[in-house]
Amino acid sequence: MDLSQIVFYLFAGVAVASSLLMVTRKNPVYAALYLVVALFSVAGLFVLLDAHFVAALQVLIYAGAILVLFLFVIMLLNLGHTLEPDIRGRFWWPFAAGLGLVLLAELVAVTRGTPERPGEDLLTPLLQTKGAVATVAEPLFQSYVVALEVTGVLLLVAMVGAVVIAKRKA
Amino acid sequence: MFTESLMLSAVLFAIGVAGVLLRRNAIVMFMCIELMLNAVNLFLVAVSKYAGIEGQIFVMFVMTVAAAEAAVGLAIIISIYRHYESVDVRNFRLLRW
Repeated sequence: MDLSQIVFYLFAGVAVASSLLMVTRKNPVYAALYLVVALFSVAGLFVLLDAHFVAALQVLIYAGAILVLFLFVIMLLNLGHTLEPDIRGRFWWPFAAGLGLVLLAELVAVTRGTPERPGEDLLTPLLQTKGAVATVAEPLFQSYVVALEVTGVLLLVAMVGAVVIAKRKA
Repeated sequence: MFTESLMLSAVLFAIGVAGVLLRRNAIVMFMCIELMLNAVNLFLVAVSKYAGIEGQIFVMFVMTVAAAEAAVGLAIIISIYRHYESVDVRNFRLLRW
């Protein structure tokens, strides 16, 4: 068992534990902070899976921007000290856990047959010749440039929509 | 490490689904949806090592859509909170049966 596998299991354990804690904590602020921990450990897993640029984006966009937005809304609405817990009652626990386990069993059954190395490693030669950024940037700005521009329009529309929806009626 | 990543993404997705079913706070349900999106991103990144760089490109588009969705969704939650003084989904029954 080499070092990268030990680090992989460490990050995986932290991700699973903190996402379980996120689901079960009553306070939404704690839930958001545990989600930050889970997203950071998934970013670490991205680095281990040779997706360095995506890991940087994960830290910047998810843990940086989106979670700040969540925390900001939680504190704006003053939900940090709700006395009434929002977790559903006793009847829902076996239902939710059972349905989650059924889904997990299905997904595991689907992915179980995959071999440990399903083909040749396509990413490592690309990373060695072009570097971490150009590997992703070249197809993004050549083959997928239309999708990239459409994504920019989507972000603009979402921004305008968020401003319009959240604006207080005069 | 490949198979373990697929298993881990399945586990994270199942935790997200259980969280959406278990919680009543709209913001926490929303965070569970983000966790599910992240599990799918992990799957795509793991597969991209052997299937080509397109997996990582797709992860970027998923992140962009997730950011747009978070902005609009949180705006809707703020708007609902102004109306009902609560983010508990039990109170939102205008479009429910």
